[in-house]
Order: sequence, then structure tokens, then C-alpha cells
Amino acid sequence: MKLKSTILVGAAIAALSAFTAQAADTIKIAFIDPLSGPFAATGTSGYKQAQFAADMLVNQKGGVVGGQMFEVVGFDNKISPKESLVQLKRAIGDGIHYIMQGNSSGVANALTDAVKKHNSRNPDELVLFMNYSAVDPALTNEKCNFWHFRFDANANIKMNALTDVIAEDESIKKVYIIGQDYSFGKAVAAGAVKYLGEKRPDIEIVGNELHPIGKVKDFTPYATKIRASEADAIITGNWGADMVGLAKAIGDAGIDAPVYTYYAANDGITKTIGASGKNKIRLVHEGRVNPPPTEEYKTYHMAFKEKYPEADISQFRIANALVMLANAMNETDSTDPAKVAMALEGMEYTTIQGDKVVMRAEDHQLMQPISISVHTDENIVLDADNSGYGLVTEKTISAADADIPPSGCSMERPAS
Amino acid sequence: MLELIFFSLLNGIVTGLLLFMLASGLTLIFSMMGVLNFAHASFYMLGAYFAYTISIYLGFWIGLIVAPILVGLLGAVVERYGLRYVHRWGHVAELIFTFGLAFLIEEVVQFIWGKDTKAYHEPEILQFPLFTFFGQNFPAYKAFMLLISIGIFIMLLLILTRSRVGLIIQAAIHKPNMTAMLGHNVPLVFMGVFGVGCALAGLAGVIAGPALGTFPGMAFVLGSIVFVIVVVGGLGSLTGAFVASLLIGLLQTFAIALDYSVNDLLQLFNISFDADSAFRDLWTLSLPQIAPILPYLLLILILIFRPTGLFGNRET
Repeated sequence: MKLKSTILVGAAIAALSAFTAQAADTIKIAFIDPLSGPFAATGTSGYKQAQFAADMLVNQKGGVVGGQMFEVVGFDNKISPKESLVQLKRAIGDGIHYIMQGNSSGVANALTDAVKKHNSRNPDELVLFMNYSAVDPALTNEKCNFWHFRFDANANIKMNALTDVIAEDESIKKVYIIGQDYSFGKAVAAGAVKYLGEKRPDIEIVGNELHPIGKVKDFTPYATKIRASEADAIITGNWGADMVGLAKAIGDAGIDAPVYTYYAANDGITKTIGASGKNKIRLVHEGRVNPPPTEEYKTYHMAFKEKYPEADISQFRIANALVMLANAMNETDSTDPAKVAMALEGMEYTTIQGDKVVMRAEDHQLMQPISISVHTDENIVLDADNSGYGLVTEKTISAADADIPPSGCSMERPAS
Repeated sequence: MLELIFFSLLNGIVTGLLLFMLASGLTLIFSMMGVLNFAHASFYMLGAYFAYTISIYLGFWIGLIVAPILVGLLGAVVERYGLRYVHRWGHVAELIFTFGLAFLIEEVVQFIWGKDTKAYHEPEILQFPLFTFFGQNFPAYKAFMLLISIGIFIMLLLILTRSRVGLIIQAAIHKPNMTAMLGHNVPLVFMGVFGVGCALAGLAGVIAGPALGTFPGMAFVLGSIVFVIVVVGGLGSLTGAFVASLLIGLLQTFAIALDYSVNDLLQLFNISFDADSAFRDLWTLSLPQIAPILPYLLLILILIFRPTGLFGNRET
């Protein structure tokens, strides 16, 4: 009996000391995104990708600053800006200095303000905000702030890349723009009209339409209209069920024109669109999947699929954000957010896809190549939704962001 | 223009007939039992999800037959052990019961099948364009939907007007108490009608799932419009539901297809407005933008000018 309790106490002490040793050597990163509710599918998929990237690309390579490990901790914000601020407070209370968020620019706007305020009041408890997906241009323009870094291309950069491709295609004379009736849908439409007008004034915008978001049961009437307008290309910012419905209706009506989209892939969308959108649906995005740009990326992607067979690497930028953070820490040999932020500014990095990216110092917008890929089942090495369909990159625009300089950003840097 | 009108007409009829399959069950249940079944569209969603799961293992056609039967049985069980029990506390309790049921079904569907859109496709044999007109395809599946809906309408009409069961149902719709007094088992009729109504909704879901998408919000986007049809068509009138369904299907399709704004109308009368006027948002409002509210506008007009609905003859 005595022996047994001794063993138990010994084991407990060993476990405890292992735990404290571990705790001292981990750098926690708060992943604040919807992990429940209607947008949970996107949020949890991002969370898995973040955990996997931290594990594979940072921890297994020896961690940062003498062996400290990254630990990505999920904080459920239910996609509400208000809830996000509560979760931010919780994370700060837990002693976390690095936060990540991506879904919804509304949330990102709230977080960037809160982080700025917090840091000015608590200079010894700084927080750094890595935005991996909120694409509202304002976040790096008039609302920019020293503690916010965006690793995705903003909506204007993506539209610039997309219209570059359309402008090159002489056969496109008529363009139809359709989107959801809310701020993002309107921003996409405005951007398309502006850039097409500058690059190809001869292109006629034959339709510029907004439909109610999430309320259209049948997109066939819209497809009929698009067909009747004789459009040569279609641009849409639709996502979720609205994207699936539109793609299906366009496929069924036999409209033979490219559909340029922002979000028509992964999380069930690729599988549902299937054959009806083959060689028609195109996606403007960062990162490439097919053909796999490097052997290293292919291995990484396959390892992810092995661990999470039902999920996909839909947001490769998450991995870039984490590795760049790790590099900044290693470079400064510090985990102090102020030093790390300084190192991130202007940092150059070659992703495991072989792309050279730079964190623009003026506005903290990552400059990266933007790709246009087509939805197809030919030449697919890494498919999406296990459907056999995936994205094949047709064109990569290396400096879509160079045309879009920072505008209206003046940030206060901490005195160092 | 001809192309637009032709396809809008076709699409409107397809949408309208699909709505009819939902509305026919709802109007029978509503007029007979006085229950506004808020969960009706949820049974439509269940039909699509059941059929999706069945189609994975046994193919589309088995799903087409089995899924509506399952939904109908589920509906009958809900009536027998849920609604009938709640009925003793009156119509308000029944209303709240179906309201809660709608939420419950939506949550359960998300719990079992997840939140993303399911890849429920039409059978391969129907994946071809039936004809091409002005370069635009009309999918064979749409024609199939059309045929099924018309078949159901004719079958329902025959059962209700030519069979003994139909006579009892018609009697129970107009004079439920009298029918019970005459010795008919009205609770059984109620259960049967509720079950068949749900099965029809399920069938609508089965054939709509591949065309309109199978996702947890599919009940929500169709739910309220079905109530509009029941009211516009008139309580308990199958013909009314049929006409109202087609009317609303066409109304929605044409409103999206025709790009006219208030401004265009005013210009006909040679009235023009300053582009900077405070009302410019109102003048530039186009028909496609207000398309989603048109059915509800119609609902309000009908309630004001003809409360019994187009073909209704009972005022409760």
C-alpha cells in the first residue's frame, strides 16, 4: 500500500514538473474565430490548419528562441465583434501576447482597435494581431495600426489581379457582375467597375446586380438573365450556399463563360459544384495547389490530409503567418511583441510553396503573388473535399499589390 | 427579349409547381386542423437530406420513393404523439409546438449532416440539356420536376374529388364537427392528412434538393413563402393553392428577369428627377431588388381586399 502511494506521488510530481517545464517553453497564440454557430465550418477548418502549421513547420523544426514551442489555443468568438473583444480579454488574461483572426472584417476592425487601445495603456503587456483573412482594404489603409499585420491580399489587390487577367483576354467584351447585397458584395462590384474601367474601357458591364444574401432559393432566373445579356465573363464575390446556387444555375443553363470568384472552393463547395462548374469556375487566391508548386508543399499537404482526411488546406496564408512569426522571433532572439513586430516589418520570406513574400512596412500588408485557378478534375494532384475536383493554377500575378500602394495609412510606431 | 420571357416562363412554372407541392399539404392541414404548421418547410428539408443519404447507398430513384414515405411516417408520428397531445391546450399551444419543432429539426439536421452544403446530385440519366433555345439550355431534370409536380397535382385532385376518402377529407375541411358526429374517425383522418402533407413536402425536398441545393438553410428560404401561397390561394382550396403557387413562382421569376426601375416608369410619363434628389435611392430602386418583397406585398393586398383568398370560401 505504501509502495503504491509512493509511486503515485512520484508520478504526480513527475507529471507536474513536466507540465511546468512545458508551460515555460510554450508560446501561446490565441486563435479567435467562430468555432461554433453557422460559420463554424470555416472557423474550425482554419483552427486545424493553424494547429497543424504550428506543429509541422515550427515545433518539429525545433521551435523558436532556443526550443520554445508554439501552442495555438482556440477562442470561440461566434463571429460577433462584441464576443471577440471578450475573448481578447480572456486571452490577455491568460498571458497570451499573440492573436490570430480571419473571418469577417467587422470582427477584425473591432479587434485592431481594441489591440491598439490595449497596447497604448499596457506597454508592458503588448499584444500582436495577425489577420489571416479579413480583406477589407481599410484595415491596412485609414485604420492601419502598428500591431496589426495582414497576411491575406486585400479585396482591392485580388480584384486588381483578377481584372489583369480579364484585361488580357481580348475575347472578353461584356462582363456581368453579380453579388450579395451587403458591404463586401458592393465592394467587389465597385472594385470591378473601377479597375475594368481603367484597364479595358471598351469592356461593357452588361449587368451589375445585387441579390439578397442567403435568401435566394433558386438562381435560375439570374442565370437566364446572365445568358440573355450575352456576357463573356462573370464576376462574383458570393460565398457559401449563394455561391453553390449560382454556380449550379450557371452550369445548368449551359452558359459557356468563365466565372471569376473569390470563395468558390473547399468546405463542401468544390464537391457540390462538381461537374457543373468544370473549366468554368475560376478562383482568385493566394497560394497554389495544383500542380503542387514544390515537393515540400506536397508533402505538407499530404501529411495534413492524413491527419484530417475530411478537411483541406484552404487557407495556406495561415501557415505563412505562423512561420513568419517564428522567423521574427528567431531573428530577434526574443518573444517580446514589440521587438517581434519591428522584425516583421519589411520581413522577406520564401514560403514552402517557393513564393517570395514581403511584409510591407508602411501598412503591414503582405505582398505576395496572386493566382487565378480553375475548377476542374483534370491534372489534379491534390483535390478538395475528396471529390476528385480541385484547383489548377492558370496564371500567377507576381506584383498585383505593387499597383496598389498604401493609401491613408500613418501608424504610430513605439519609441524603441 | 423573347429568350428571357420564354425561360422566365418555364422557370416560373417549375418554381411555382414546386411551391405547390409544399403548399398543397400545408393548406390541407391548415384548413382541416386549424394548425399553421411552421415546421412544414422543415419536413421539406428532411426529405432532401433523407434522399441524399439514401442516394449514396441505393441511388436516386430509391431515395425518390423511400424518403417521402419516411418523412410522411415521421409526420404522422408527430401528429399522433405531439400535436394531438398538445391540442388540448388549444391552437396557440399547437402553433408554438410546430414553431419549436421547426428549430429542433434544423438543429438536428445540422447535428447529423453538418453545416455545409451536401453534394446531392440529380441522377446521371437526367443530366443532359433537354433542349437548347437561343443558346440557353433547359435541363432535363427541370422537366422531370415539372412532370412530377403535375402528376402529384392531378393525383391529389382525383383523390379529393373522386374517392370516398377524399369526400371525408373535404367534409372534414368544411365541417369537422359534423363529420365527427356522423361517425367518421376524424383524428385518424387528421393523422393521415398530416402524414400525407408531410410526405408531399418531403417529395418536394427530394426533387428540389439537387436543383436548389441541400443545406441547413433550405427550409428557411422557402418557409415563409409557402404561408403566403396558402393565404393568397384561400384556405382549404387546392385549386387556390395551385393558382397562387404558379402566380408567385412567375411573379418572382419575372421580377428578377425584368430590369425596370421606378425611374423608367416615371420616364414613360415624361417625369424626370434630379440625380441628387433626396429620394434618388427610391427612384433607382429596380424590380429585381424588390423581387423578394413582392409576394409579401401581394399577401397584404389580398388580406385587405379579399381576406378569404382567391378561391377560399371559409373565413377562419
